[in-house]
Amino acid sequence: MIKGRIWKFGDNVSTDDIIPGKYKFKTIDLNELSKHVMEGIDPTFSSKVKPGDIIVAGKNFGCGSSREQAPLVIKHVGISAIIAKSFARIFFRNAINIGLPVIEEKELYDYVETGDVIEISLSEGKIYAKGRVFSFKPIPSFLMKILEDGGLVEHYKKRGKFIWEDNFL
Amino acid sequence: MTNEMTIIEKIIFEKIGKIPSPGDIVVLPIDTAMAHDGTAPLMIKSFEEMNAKKVWNSSKAVFVIDHVAPSSNEGTSRLHKMMRDFAKKHGIKLYDIGEGICHQILPEKGHVFPGAVVVGADSHTCTHGAFTAFATGIGSTEMAAVFASGKLWFKVPESIKININGKLKGNVMSKDLILYIIGEIKADGANYKAVEFTGSTIKEMSMESRMVMTNMVVEMGGKTGLIETDEKTKAFLEGRVNIPFKEIKADKNAKYSDELEIEAEKIEPMVSCPHSVDNVKPVSEVEGIEVDQVFIGSCTNGRLEDLRIVAKVLKNKKVKTRTIVIPASREVLLNAIKEGIIEELIKAGCVVGVPGCGPCAGSHHGIPSPGDIVVSTTNRNFKGRMGIADAYIYLASPLTAAYTALNGKITIPEVIL
Repeated sequence: MIKGRIWKFGDNVSTDDIIPGKYKFKTIDLNELSKHVMEGIDPTFSSKVKPGDIIVAGKNFGCGSSREQAPLVIKHVGISAIIAKSFARIFFRNAINIGLPVIEEKELYDYVETGDVIEISLSEGKIYAKGRVFSFKPIPSFLMKILEDGGLVEHYKKRGKFIWEDNFL
Repeated sequence: MTNEMTIIEKIIFEKIGKIPSPGDIVVLPIDTAMAHDGTAPLMIKSFEEMNAKKVWNSSKAVFVIDHVAPSSNEGTSRLHKMMRDFAKKHGIKLYDIGEGICHQILPEKGHVFPGAVVVGADSHTCTHGAFTAFATGIGSTEMAAVFASGKLWFKVPESIKININGKLKGNVMSKDLILYIIGEIKADGANYKAVEFTGSTIKEMSMESRMVMTNMVVEMGGKTGLIETDEKTKAFLEGRVNIPFKEIKADKNAKYSDELEIEAEKIEPMVSCPHSVDNVKPVSEVEGIEVDQVFIGSCTNGRLEDLRIVAKVLKNKKVKTRTIVIPASREVLLNAIKEGIIEELIKAGCVVGVPGCGPCAGSHHGIPSPGDIVVSTTNRNFKGRMGIADAYIYLASPLTAAYTALNGKITIPEVIL
């Protein structure tokens, strides 16, 4: 079960909003990059966010570039999950690959506000928020394995191969 | 049915030997895997943390240094060194500074062909669908997994068919057409989907113009853009690709999730207004806005035909605003020199830069000043994209950009094509 306080963002949050491209060409040090998390929308976000917090967003979260630095800085500051109406596809894959839970759910957004505390059960596919329960389609099981292993790096270290190499179809 | 496949389904069918359906998860062997200086350093870090020993096939893995090329600072130089060291250790091809933008180099150097599965650690990898490749962007850690295993999982996407017929107006380029389409479909309208472009307008287009169409598919959320193989595809690849490939076309009875019909004659010169690519308007609605900088270049519009058109507009004239032109590759630059284009551009007052991404992603070579209004031939105008949060970026065709440079304000281009 994931429990945390919400930060709400709107539609079409781009990877340039999450971590402006200009920083990523100079360093891959996440302590440095994370100072700029969500800078394009709220330059003070990095000083306000607390480990365990959850991002709730509108549609097409993470649109734009393929930069993995975007989910990485979000995870690095302690965000425990992102719930959005929809995700840009590269961001979605990147988040799973680095071990950050991403959930597509369309109704929660209009029911909660920044500061509310919610709970998520990934295995049940449910979100508990202010007395209401929201269901989402669980993450496919092979992706859940990658997520549970803590992302692709740990997954490969643990298993010596990637799950898709095992003719799992 | 074997005779009801879209282009993406055919490419996958050729790889796995059975007919795929949208929603299926498939594992595909990778023909080309590419990372650049914005994504390769993290890829290398992940590859090493995985304790992966070797690159699965050193002839299929490619690095390109294009985003900050040459390096502008010490941090970047260290990341470039990481790439050069890794490439040397694993014997993979690295295209270093000045070779050009990854999405221009891959086709020029024969890394892309019909039926190929191409993954790039760059969202504009969808460009290569102009050559009927299944080409899509992935992140750095996933690229590390590809470098280690040579395979990747994909969800078979549904396809949208965009059928464009007729002749474009004499002041309209493929850029205007794709901006118009993005304005209709919106930033997430093709999320997770393949987008097929077809019709007489596409058939008439050069490979360069087709690459503009597929390049920008990601700006409407698309997984990949695709155009069927024809004589123009083969002519471009002749002498560049030395392995045999099949021509790939969609079946007549292929199933699409959506179809869009466009009459080319009706398209006007278009711009994407700040700060989103789908905020598209006809140039006529923003005409006269004074501009501080014009940038002509990028994987969208830095090719020879683009530079040729800009030189035609600027020949024997002077630009009225700072204008930066960056050819997409060394090959483009050399051809532009041979044709006298570069001389015309420099005489007209343009600054001509080293082949590469230039200021598109906000790293160097022309970062705007606070409050600047920029007209750019690139593919993104997000807030902060060009390195500064309060610049206002309008995306336009090279023709519109050239007339805008000439007048110092956003201008409807004259009919010259």
